[in-house]
Amino acid sequence: MSDERPTGDRRSAADKSDFKRDLTQVVPHLRAFARGLCGRPDLADDLVQETLLKAWAAQDRFEPGTSMRAWTFVILRNAYLTDMRRNRFRGEYDEGVAERILTAPAGQEEPIHLSDLHRALLTLPAERREALLLVGAGGFSYEEAAAICGCAVGTIKSRVGRARAALSEMLANGAIPRRSTDDDVAHRAILEELDMVAAGNGVSTRG
Amino acid sequence: MASNHRQAGDGGSGGSAQRRPPEWADGLKQLYDSVVEEALPDSFKDLLDRLDEIDPARSRNAGNDDAPPQGRGTQDQ
Repeated sequence: MSDERPTGDRRSAADKSDFKRDLTQVVPHLRAFARGLCGRPDLADDLVQETLLKAWAAQDRFEPGTSMRAWTFVILRNAYLTDMRRNRFRGEYDEGVAERILTAPAGQEEPIHLSDLHRALLTLPAERREALLLVGAGGFSYEEAAAICGCAVGTIKSRVGRARAALSEMLANGAIPRRSTDDDVAHRAILEELDMVAAGNGVSTRG
Repeated sequence: MASNHRQAGDGGSGGSAQRRPPEWADGLKQLYDSVVEEALPDSFKDLLDRLDEIDPARSRNAGNDDAPPQGRGTQDQ
């Protein structure tokens, strides 16, 4: 845009291939971050593809020697927020991967299903979820996470703290919101209730 | 929601809540790492192969709305 340099010649073929190598290396991380943000693997991968194209197009704004992962995470995050505003993601959740894995720490009575954890994660407000993902899963420092989210370090710390407290509480109490699809009983109950309402037998106990 | 006070450690209230964080904290990394370790779908290999044919200078406009100079959030309007 307002660059003084002619952007076309600025990058040599070697620069480009370095950029591409770095970009290729962060793809798995972009997929992991996207999956954590939006839950559904197919939508997450769409988001990553969009991110790769945008990163490629903007490559002359990348400072060689800085973190490609952090730089592309900003792009992915912005793309995600844009899509959120367009209502593409609604915390949809795919049982797939998480359901297969069980985390059972030694000496712990109750193992936590990763699917429960993931579902709990997806109930958090987006800004807390991303903060926790960056710091707790992606291994970024608070400072790096703050740079990625474009906010103060204190803000990130507070978001991570609240996200942790909320997850701890949900997991400790077993109060994880369940998807209707994986809770047939609740699902059926809701449908039956709707049938009753539709039939004119209003459910008086519900406000 | 009223627990906005700072906590030195994680989730300081309640005994069971205190035991949980290390447990799920590890799970969070597992969730992330399990995706990192997945084999890359072909669609990504195809896309990466195609990148060389895309001239960044020419397609810059496509990236302008979301790509930051460095570490700064942007708004897309």
